[in-house]
Amino acid sequence: MKARMILFALGAAGLATVTIAGARGIPPAGAYHGAYGEVLNAVAVGERKATDVVSAVNFDYRGLDTLGEEFILFASVIAVSAILRKQEDEEEDESEDHWEPRKAPDSDAVRVLAVMLVPLMVCFGIYMVTSGAVSPGGGFQGGVVLATAPLLVYLCAHAKSYLRIAPPPLVKGGEAVGAAGYALVGILGLFAGKAFLENVVPLGSAGEAWSGGTIFLLNLTVGVAVAAGFVELLSVFVEEVLRKETK
Amino acid sequence: MIGAVQVLLLLLVAFGSMQVVRTRDPLNQAIAVSLYGLVLALVFFVFQAPDVALSQIVVGAVALPLMIVLTLLKVKRNDQARAAEERAQADGVEGDAQTPQPAEARE
Repeated sequence: MKARMILFALGAAGLATVTIAGARGIPPAGAYHGAYGEVLNAVAVGERKATDVVSAVNFDYRGLDTLGEEFILFASVIAVSAILRKQEDEEEDESEDHWEPRKAPDSDAVRVLAVMLVPLMVCFGIYMVTSGAVSPGGGFQGGVVLATAPLLVYLCAHAKSYLRIAPPPLVKGGEAVGAAGYALVGILGLFAGKAFLENVVPLGSAGEAWSGGTIFLLNLTVGVAVAAGFVELLSVFVEEVLRKETK
Repeated sequence: MIGAVQVLLLLLVAFGSMQVVRTRDPLNQAIAVSLYGLVLALVFFVFQAPDVALSQIVVGAVALPLMIVLTLLKVKRNDQARAAEERAQADGVEGDAQTPQPAEARE
């Protein structure tokens, strides 16, 4: 037996021992002893008219944390765009044809499937963004679902179609407006003489499409920012292909 | 109390993560990690975290594999470009060094 197998066996045995010992002390699934969660479960629906307490926590009680998370995504998108930008010494490559420009796929099945899926994804994404206060989901999840629509178009159609539904100025603008929108909704609270991100708009009634007040508005801004952010990432990666194809 | 479905899914996660690591080709690995992401989303769902499950579906099954595939595409293109450049230089065509043509284009 090789030495590294012995080493592995020793390590695996040790890991198994501590894992099993540790797992024996795990409380049963669903056990919860925090007071904060119990309080929120009891008061969130009445106080904020949001039937999804997770959204009420993310976008209201701890709305500031989500503002931070939003800007993590924003900063990541900017960082990827900056790292993958066209460098000066790459300009030379532009005149060359190292690879064939990607054409729309010949397969009818792929195109028909995309035609069927794109409206579905758009509807489902909008539904998820707008129903964040009512049911699981919300701006982030809905935003990524919305971003898959341009991706499908990119995969199944000519690059011009992609540029038509996701023109770079619109995508960059959407990213900026979405990220700024979150902070602006927060400032609404300051104008009303309350705290930053305090829920100052009419709350509506629990379970309705309009409910949760700023929870709904913040989900909209996050949806726009996340959808635009992911499309921007996609655009950064496929930019050179697009440039070549649309020449 | 942990039910049979939870146990089954936890075992699937353990098996799936091992298979993702055992997959050697990065492109296949992107597909494997996408499936693994779906199983992980199911685990979140059966442990009563539907919000997290939805995030996991969109990030684990869509966004992450997409980034991997796009990165592989970009790396492959760069490799092709460099290979074409090296071929052109190895051929030693004078005056062609500034604008090296891929071998296929000259045939």
